[in-house]
Amino acid sequence: MKIHLILSTVLLLVLVACTRETRDFQQPAALSEPASGVHMSELHPGGAPVPKPITNPFESNAYGVSEGKRLYESYNCVGCHAHGGGGIGPPLIDLKWIYGAEPANVYATIVEGRPNGMPSFRGKIPENQVWEIVAYVRSLSGQLSKDVSGGREDHMYGKKAESSTPKENPKISRPLGNPVPEHKQ
Amino acid sequence: MKGRFISACGVSVFLAGCSGLQSSQSVVNPEGLQAARIDHLFWLMFWVCTIAFVITIAALSRAVLRKRETPVENFRPVDRAEATKTRVVAVAIAITVLSLFGLLVSSILTGKAIASLHPQNPLTIEVVGHQWWWEIRYPNSDASKTVITANEIHVPVGTPVVMNSTSRDVIHSFWAPNIHGKRDLIPGYQTALWFQADKEGTYRGQCAEFCGHQHAHMAFFLVAETPEKFNAWLQQQRTSAKDPQDAAAQKGQQFFLSHTCVMCHTVRGTIAGSNVGPDLTHLASRQTIAAGTLPNNPGNLGGWIINSQSIKPGNRMPPNQMNSDDLQSLLTYLETLK
Repeated sequence: MKIHLILSTVLLLVLVACTRETRDFQQPAALSEPASGVHMSELHPGGAPVPKPITNPFESNAYGVSEGKRLYESYNCVGCHAHGGGGIGPPLIDLKWIYGAEPANVYATIVEGRPNGMPSFRGKIPENQVWEIVAYVRSLSGQLSKDVSGGREDHMYGKKAESSTPKENPKISRPLGNPVPEHKQ
Repeated sequence: MKGRFISACGVSVFLAGCSGLQSSQSVVNPEGLQAARIDHLFWLMFWVCTIAFVITIAALSRAVLRKRETPVENFRPVDRAEATKTRVVAVAIAITVLSLFGLLVSSILTGKAIASLHPQNPLTIEVVGHQWWWEIRYPNSDASKTVITANEIHVPVGTPVVMNSTSRDVIHSFWAPNIHGKRDLIPGYQTALWFQADKEGTYRGQCAEFCGHQHAHMAFFLVAETPEKFNAWLQQQRTSAKDPQDAAAQKGQQFFLSHTCVMCHTVRGTIAGSNVGPDLTHLASRQTIAAGTLPNNPGNLGGWIINSQSIKPGNRMPPNQMNSDDLQSLLTYLETLK
């Protein structure tokens, strides 16, 4: 009994410490500027220590990721990348990254733009919103933990959900002797 | 009637105290056909329940105050008094069932009556619910004459209005109690409502379905005005924004078009054409900002632009950083959007 009590207290404390659902509405108002210290390559000549990658504050925050998803549509990322499957722009649900998969790389891609069509959103989107979009984009290819990233939408699956497809040979039980009613189309 | 008057006064005094805009939001002050029917039903239910309450309390008081019966040795299992009690209880049950049935029938009749009223030559408007504001459209077969505004519905008096409504995100509910009952706005699905305002005035309405963080700050104003005034308003709303003439406003426009504003808002007549946030083409003609949260004046607007999250936490507009010169010129520009 005592063990149960201790265990549940510990669990409760763990839950309280969880930042997954934190909603911080008072974000800094900074406009998006190119993040300093972004490295486009993992190779560093000479003996200098390899710099630490920039971390995204929203990668462990489910609300941030869901906001990123909303902004992804609002700012018309869907116009070119669709819902991750790509179209005019490259797909985002695969693990191929032309300009790097690290959060800082995706951030730089959004803020600075890329040749062949990716526009620069510098100064047009507040910095924290860019980070939210980065978190969402990375969740598309499963780079975020499952408890933070949203489920894939139904229409993104190759096959329709079982509940929304009719059975192949539906067996309809009818009382004997009644004629089959004709379908009115 | 007196009770009605007092409650209506109470509501209007209360509202006058909390908003700068002179308006009324009251279920007991109907200004529309359907609201009048709902009002009748409300008062019927109110009086029936009041009578039931008084009778119940009277019976209870009598039971509490009654003196004790004679001692136990005189007790007889079934006597006359017991038979009388049984009769009283039976009558009470019969009255209860009948009055509840009566209320059921009258509420069904009210619902039927409201549903069977049909509008003649209606004005069609569209309402789209957003977290946490209302998008209002006056569609026209000529797309350039379609009017899009926010949080303020203008309707001509005595003309039926058909409202087609849907939602962009979660379920909202449209409720202007002076005019009609509630209508849910459901994402991916169109619902319709028709109403008619019989008297000039400004009626406040609000979201009646919990829709998230700022549900309480999701109000709208229904302005019923004479057909002439309404047509003048509609004509004026159809025009695109004029390019500003003075230097400060021009600077403000430049700022608007080159910063974050342009990502979400539309100002017809400029390159700003995003429909994420409210259409600002005629922002200065509206009486409130942020869905009825604040009166529309430069001070409130400036505070809203700089940090709307301190006014309405969780709303979709991010805080914006700019120096005071830029803010002043932006406000000057927004003031020109009449």
